[in-house]
Amino acid sequence: MTLTEISSNLLYAAFFAYLIATFVFGGAVKGNKKGTFNSEQRWGKVAITITVIGFLAHLSYFFTRWIVSGHAPLSNMFEFTTAFGMTLVGGFIILYVLYKTPVLGMVVLPVALLIIAYASMFPNEISPLIPALQTNWLAIHVSTVVIAEGILAMSAAAGLIYLLKVVDLSKKSKQRFWLEGILYFLVLVVGFVISSSYFTLTNYENTFQYVNKDDQEATIIYNMPPIFGMNESVPLTEDAMTPLVETPALVDASKLTTVTWSLLVGTVLYVLIRLITRRRISQLIQPLMKNVNLQLMDEINYRAVIIGFPLFTLGALVFAMIWAQITWSRFWGWDPKEVWALVTWLFYAAYLHLRLGKGWQGEKSAWLGVIGFAIIMFNLIVVNLIIAGLHSYA
Amino acid sequence: MENVQCQCGHTNPPGTKLCESCGRSLTEKDQNSKLVDMRYEGTARRSQTYNKSIIDKIWNFFSSVKVGVSIIVILLVAAAIGTILPQQAFVPASTEATIKAYYADTYGSVGRVYHALGFHDLYSSYWFITLVGMLAISLVIASLDRFVPLYKSLKNQRVLRHPSFMDKQRIYGSGAGSEDTLEKAETKLKELKYKVRTDKSGLLAEKGRFSRWGPYVNHIGLIIFLFGVMLRMMPGFYVDESLWLREGETRAIPEVPGYYLENKNFKLETYTGEGEDAKFGEAIDRVGTVVKNYQTDIVLYQEPEASLPGATDNLEVVQEYPIRVNQPLKFDGYAVYQMDYKLNELKAMTFALTNKETEESLGELTIDLINPDELYELETGSTVELLGYYPDFSGFEDGEPQTATPLPNNPGFLVELTTPETPEGETSFITIQNTVEPLGENQYKLTFQNADTRNVSGLTVRKDSTLPILGLGGLIFMIGVAQGMYFNHRRFWIQQKADGTLLLAGHTNKNWFGLKKDLDRVVESAKLPAYTDQQDEIDKKEKAEKEGESSS
Amino acid sequence: MTVKKKKRSYVRAAILLVMAGAIVFTIYNSFAGGKSELLQVGDEAPDFALVDLEGKKHQLSDYQGQGVFVNFWGTWCKPCEKEFPLMENQYQVYKDQGVQILAVNIAQSDYEVRQYAEQRDLTFPIVIDKTKSVMEAYNIRPLPTTLLVNPEGKITKIITGEMSEEDIASYMEEIKPE
Repeated sequence: MTLTEISSNLLYAAFFAYLIATFVFGGAVKGNKKGTFNSEQRWGKVAITITVIGFLAHLSYFFTRWIVSGHAPLSNMFEFTTAFGMTLVGGFIILYVLYKTPVLGMVVLPVALLIIAYASMFPNEISPLIPALQTNWLAIHVSTVVIAEGILAMSAAAGLIYLLKVVDLSKKSKQRFWLEGILYFLVLVVGFVISSSYFTLTNYENTFQYVNKDDQEATIIYNMPPIFGMNESVPLTEDAMTPLVETPALVDASKLTTVTWSLLVGTVLYVLIRLITRRRISQLIQPLMKNVNLQLMDEINYRAVIIGFPLFTLGALVFAMIWAQITWSRFWGWDPKEVWALVTWLFYAAYLHLRLGKGWQGEKSAWLGVIGFAIIMFNLIVVNLIIAGLHSYA
Repeated sequence: MENVQCQCGHTNPPGTKLCESCGRSLTEKDQNSKLVDMRYEGTARRSQTYNKSIIDKIWNFFSSVKVGVSIIVILLVAAAIGTILPQQAFVPASTEATIKAYYADTYGSVGRVYHALGFHDLYSSYWFITLVGMLAISLVIASLDRFVPLYKSLKNQRVLRHPSFMDKQRIYGSGAGSEDTLEKAETKLKELKYKVRTDKSGLLAEKGRFSRWGPYVNHIGLIIFLFGVMLRMMPGFYVDESLWLREGETRAIPEVPGYYLENKNFKLETYTGEGEDAKFGEAIDRVGTVVKNYQTDIVLYQEPEASLPGATDNLEVVQEYPIRVNQPLKFDGYAVYQMDYKLNELKAMTFALTNKETEESLGELTIDLINPDELYELETGSTVELLGYYPDFSGFEDGEPQTATPLPNNPGFLVELTTPETPEGETSFITIQNTVEPLGENQYKLTFQNADTRNVSGLTVRKDSTLPILGLGGLIFMIGVAQGMYFNHRRFWIQQKADGTLLLAGHTNKNWFGLKKDLDRVVESAKLPAYTDQQDEIDKKEKAEKEGESSS
Repeated sequence: MTVKKKKRSYVRAAILLVMAGAIVFTIYNSFAGGKSELLQVGDEAPDFALVDLEGKKHQLSDYQGQGVFVNFWGTWCKPCEKEFPLMENQYQVYKDQGVQILAVNIAQSDYEVRQYAEQRDLTFPIVIDKTKSVMEAYNIRPLPTTLLVNPEGKITKIITGEMSEEDIASYMEEIKPE
């Protein structure tokens, strides 16, 4: 086995460890039939052990890959996103050591799993660095950002748990709607992972020729059956399915197709869950939140921000500006990724002012934590793949 | 509003919640509440108290957290909107009209609306700058308004507080104590690095007051940063020029008096996927080529002192340097960056003088397109005389060949070919595509053989004198954030009444857990009465009530 | 108390004014583009030394006491081409009255410039700014740009774009030494 293979196997190992740990954490917080939680800590210990083993494998993946490629594995979507999954789990482990909170594992680990699965949808071969990335600032800037985002995600996780416990699901309300919306979104990510994996495993591939927005001919490879076709597209593969709808040149129909497949599969999955269990997903999870200490969740929500915010400032603004000054000759250029770093920063600044200045604690703070994570995910997914400026990966 | 007279006799400024002197609650609402609101020590925020003139009203507007947060949120939303479509700086169009057309053509009606609303240049629009400015005003005013009274109040703290202040603290305890309790508590607190002050039969122990200044310090950092950004727009603080430098050229650096750059060589290297790069093979196969290096080897020259512009024959070499991405050339406060390139611009062309019929060659000549000669003599006794050279030939006007630019993009030559056979000479006009013979049919022609090319390096020249200011602002901001977030201000008030009863209260701006840990050690060593966390009590009670409700 | 209140009002007004001023100033600078013209009418014309086609050095300060008509041009520039015969005419009129023309070519080859001048029978000195350093010193952007330098060495006018023969005559009249 080459070191490259060892490295990717370590990532698989981490993935499976997290998967198992998720269920053990789930068992731990479920409580026994009598509604007591005598064995919570015992099962929690087992689960955290598995998590730590997974995390060590994940770390080993990271450093072996670093050794092979000769640069910090933070240079493309695959590498960045797997590292994000790693800091997420790392953040959780620290919190567990401090506060012994198995329920947090039950929320963080599935999210980390989804993030790693999402990462694996991107090309994962070791890629060379373009000149702009050939500097130590790559490791310094990106690792600080990814750690900060991992910590800020803890705030969202604690917030989500808080909400799952306090939101009254028996009455119709905005809170109930949006809480279910968050969970629905997570199911959509599962839909994305399922659909992409399915079509990848079955080697689905279709090539089309089309006319791009600059009126030039180009070809594109679809890895999913084309729902939307590119502008004036002509199939180059024989027996290819013809697109159902053609789109104008401005739209990247291939990405739109991927999004639509994810939506379809995710929604079907969601509807199935609803039909089979006859409950909202939030209702399914709520019983697991019985033993949650709300004050502690609120504290974690806030603590994560006061640690994550300065780190984020340092990584996503200060280090980013220093590097941009060296590479692009200006520390700030209103590139979309830069703007979204600023948006994220402003958001958490608002969070802190509302909490400290206006006394927004508890549920309000929990919502803000969750929204903050949504902004980070938007930055990771939409800004990288759709808006894409100078930072566009791969 | 009137001043507020406390029962203890102290006169407080209007709007004060807790008496500055003894700590009694001054409003009825506060008197009835279980715990006091310790934010800003119960002092009056300066702006809340007066609201008369317009100036006061504007001041109050900017002092409010609500307004500050609203500005942040508006800015955040506006900034996000600016990323929906690319900003005009990233668009391949340069004039007002072409930019407008680009948005309309590329993005349809969405683009038209986006452009009409001015979102294509959002970040330098007057309203965006105004918003940032308003945020700056809010930062200054809100900080001043809170810092001044807080500072005064913490500076003039009394050791002895009224019992009603004590029992409304979150951490509170009372009980019997012995004679030496206070003394022991003082020793222990000092051991725990608290600053202790005593007054009659009471003590005030305090630690980490500086953490209260954290927010104001970080706001100062932000203001300094914004000030730097403002300065940057002033002429003289900031140079941003670009320079296309062709291989072999020496040019004065724009906006950098007295310095010259020569481009010795520009190169572009790609990853080979072999040898050391073998590990990248898979990735390179997928994406095609990946660039490894852009590099311009330059020589930096400086005019000797007292030399004049134009007199460039005695330039002094300052240094030779390979400018690469991430490795700009730095000198004298300026930096030159590798930003762009053009490969293979024409540099010289080689022709053969040939007989049209026999295709026999009478020799070759190479015309340097950058610095052509007037006469080219061939070994066979033939000559080629350059009658006219048009580096970027764009057509004829009144029979005269024209050039569009000084760059050899499409060179045209008016030549006279003289051979032993044609001693009077034949005139011919040659471009890359074709040959025109204006004075009748010729026997000889110039046949294109090959061309030499050179690369052009796109460099950016930058000076930014505001960087130290921005750096300072950033540093102060980070210090302020750390100071405010990672340290906390802990206080204990302990007093012994005449009957020997001890009252004990504690407060911190954050991390109650840490405060309690400190207090536990003092309680243990000085045998203080047990204390309770009144917030916990309230929470528990609420919870019990809630559960009672739901079960009934 | 009222004195204190008054003082407070003044302080607040001052802070608000300063900050509002800073905003206006920033907006102004942002729209002015931060690009100030380096040279303005009334400035001392920066001295320079360039060599003409005969190899003779021309230094601006050597012409102190004469009016100097400094014209920046290139062979590709259409308006420059139209101006040259007119400048030549007026040069014949004013050269004996103490007005000098310096035509500064922007970094073209000796061959091109010589050919161009010979074709048009230009007699005034033509110098070549090989490194564009004079162009940078004068912050020249569009061609043609003409600067009028009076006998005291001060810039009296900066003309960008084409000039008519009357313009040229009146400009030369303007910088003619008394």
